[in-house]
Amino acid sequence: MNKTEIKSNKVSYKGGLASYENLSFRARLVKDWQRNKIIYLIALLCLSYYFIFCYAPMGGIMIAFKNYRPARGIWGSDWVGLKYFKQFFSSHYFGRLLRNTLLINFYDLLFGLPAPIILALLLNELVSQRFKRTVQTVTYLPYFISQVVICGILLDFLSYEGLINQVINMFGIEKTIFMQDPKYFRTIYVASGIWQGVGYGSIIYLSALSGVDPQLLDAAAIDGCNRFQRVWHVTLPAILPTIIIMLILRVGSIMNVGFEKIILLYNESIYETSDVISSFVYRYGLLQGNYSYSTAVGLFNSIVNFVLLILVNYVSKKVSDISLW
Amino acid sequence: MRASKEKAVAWNYGKKGVASRIFDTFNVLLMCFLIVVTLYPFIYVLFASFSEPLRLMAHRGILLAPLGFSTGGYSMVFNNDGIVNGYMVTIYIAIVGTLCNMIASLLFAYVLSRRNMMWHGLITVLAVFTMYFGGGLIPTYLVVNALGLIDSLWALILPGLINTYNVIILRTAFNSVPVELEESARLDGAGEFWVLVNIMIPLIKPTIAAISLFYMVGHWNSWTSALIYIKTPTKYPLQLVLRSILIQNDTQASVAGTAMYQAGEDYAARMLLKYSTIIVSIVPIICVYPFLQKYFTKGIMIGALKG
Repeated sequence: MNKTEIKSNKVSYKGGLASYENLSFRARLVKDWQRNKIIYLIALLCLSYYFIFCYAPMGGIMIAFKNYRPARGIWGSDWVGLKYFKQFFSSHYFGRLLRNTLLINFYDLLFGLPAPIILALLLNELVSQRFKRTVQTVTYLPYFISQVVICGILLDFLSYEGLINQVINMFGIEKTIFMQDPKYFRTIYVASGIWQGVGYGSIIYLSALSGVDPQLLDAAAIDGCNRFQRVWHVTLPAILPTIIIMLILRVGSIMNVGFEKIILLYNESIYETSDVISSFVYRYGLLQGNYSYSTAVGLFNSIVNFVLLILVNYVSKKVSDISLW
Repeated sequence: MRASKEKAVAWNYGKKGVASRIFDTFNVLLMCFLIVVTLYPFIYVLFASFSEPLRLMAHRGILLAPLGFSTGGYSMVFNNDGIVNGYMVTIYIAIVGTLCNMIASLLFAYVLSRRNMMWHGLITVLAVFTMYFGGGLIPTYLVVNALGLIDSLWALILPGLINTYNVIILRTAFNSVPVELEESARLDGAGEFWVLVNIMIPLIKPTIAAISLFYMVGHWNSWTSALIYIKTPTKYPLQLVLRSILIQNDTQASVAGTAMYQAGEDYAARMLLKYSTIIVSIVPIICVYPFLQKYFTKGIMIGALKG
């Protein structure tokens, strides 16, 4: 439906682009400018935002290859080539940061990707539509509560005198200071992430589920499929493209762990499992002023992500014909 | 023939075998459990915030109702200059910021929805590329610094002025407006701005409302840009104040001033302040939540991913 509208928009008023197809490039430029002058001026205004706050920082990445000193400015600082990259790869931080970043994302992929799919499928099987809406309303909520509040509640519940310890103590289990013990951090991080995002994440799958042709389900029912078989053979294949798109996006950000939640939850005693690349860039770069070094670390992170995104997208395009672009 | 088919379907659906019924029961129970797990942390905090501090401190285990009744925590919150000030800053940012966001996003979405221009493709690519690759924390900080925005509230608004994802949603909405409406206006000699303001915007009001709410909630919950760019405590938005109270346990100053709680009761008072602050900070979100939910369940947000 949308597509036809877009098409009709293309050949809209005054003939559209087609009307000057046979003109020379310069003549087309002039004609296009005359027709869309105001649009181009607005575009320039909006693009200036992108140039200042997106592309200028991308240019600023060059300080990763320079010994940046604020007093001398970006242009006045000396080039040092790959010095900071080599320094990072050989530092003892490298292994720890890479391991933590990858492991947190791996667990998040392993548990966080299927969770909303399962929730959507279960919601879809609910008989009462009212109950379904109630569950949806409730589970979407935590997504809109700020990270600070969520982490504040988490830290409070997980503290030595907190709710979790009070409850497990009743069952005779020894109290633990969860946030001082490195072995709990990843579980806490991933589980709370799922708790907060599972409802919101299910929206996209529910919307895909609403597009499943009921006739297919009827046909399957006639052929003698039971409920589970209908889900397995009809529903799941129908939402597979959505699942693959989400998978591509996830794998393409396998090196991304936002520093927001990390720096709210971590403390020095559990850096061992909780310090990730982005939190390191924030702490080491911004707080301690090692601009060039941490920009190099951040760049390494973005490049790995970007390459992975393109790679996974390419593979998916070849294998399943589903891709982002 | 048709009747028999329907019969077969009905039979197959209606055939609630034992396994199917067990599954239904299990499913409903699981969903009830999910509701409890999702809501209980907030309910606990709500109950705790109205409890009498000393009884709360002595209590062990879950709360099923407030322990006694006390509004001491809330009076501490409203007498706390930091929190009240943070609230004001956040409201200011949420209003001014969202207004700026919407003006810029609508203009840009309108540009992207015009397809009969030569450089349409290039402009789209320039915007979409930023969704996948960015300069990173430090270079962005250096740019904001170079613009002289450090410690200015504009540093909380300008760097995130346009969210490309939201722009694509708005563009999709613009594209769904029938071309004929616009054409007839143009034949009468209407200019771009007239078309945008009098035809396009009124027709996509629900989408505009949804995106505004998303920007607003974003501003309300945002704290990292303030952490990075804002140095003066009186310019701290609510979330940053919350962080110092909830995460860094920096409640000494805020509690000490209240004569009501003396040293021995200090810990209890601090607990109460924490819980009350959480409630006060999420009430506005709960208030706009029904509207938020109304829009995204309509599938507006999803349209963008497909478009």
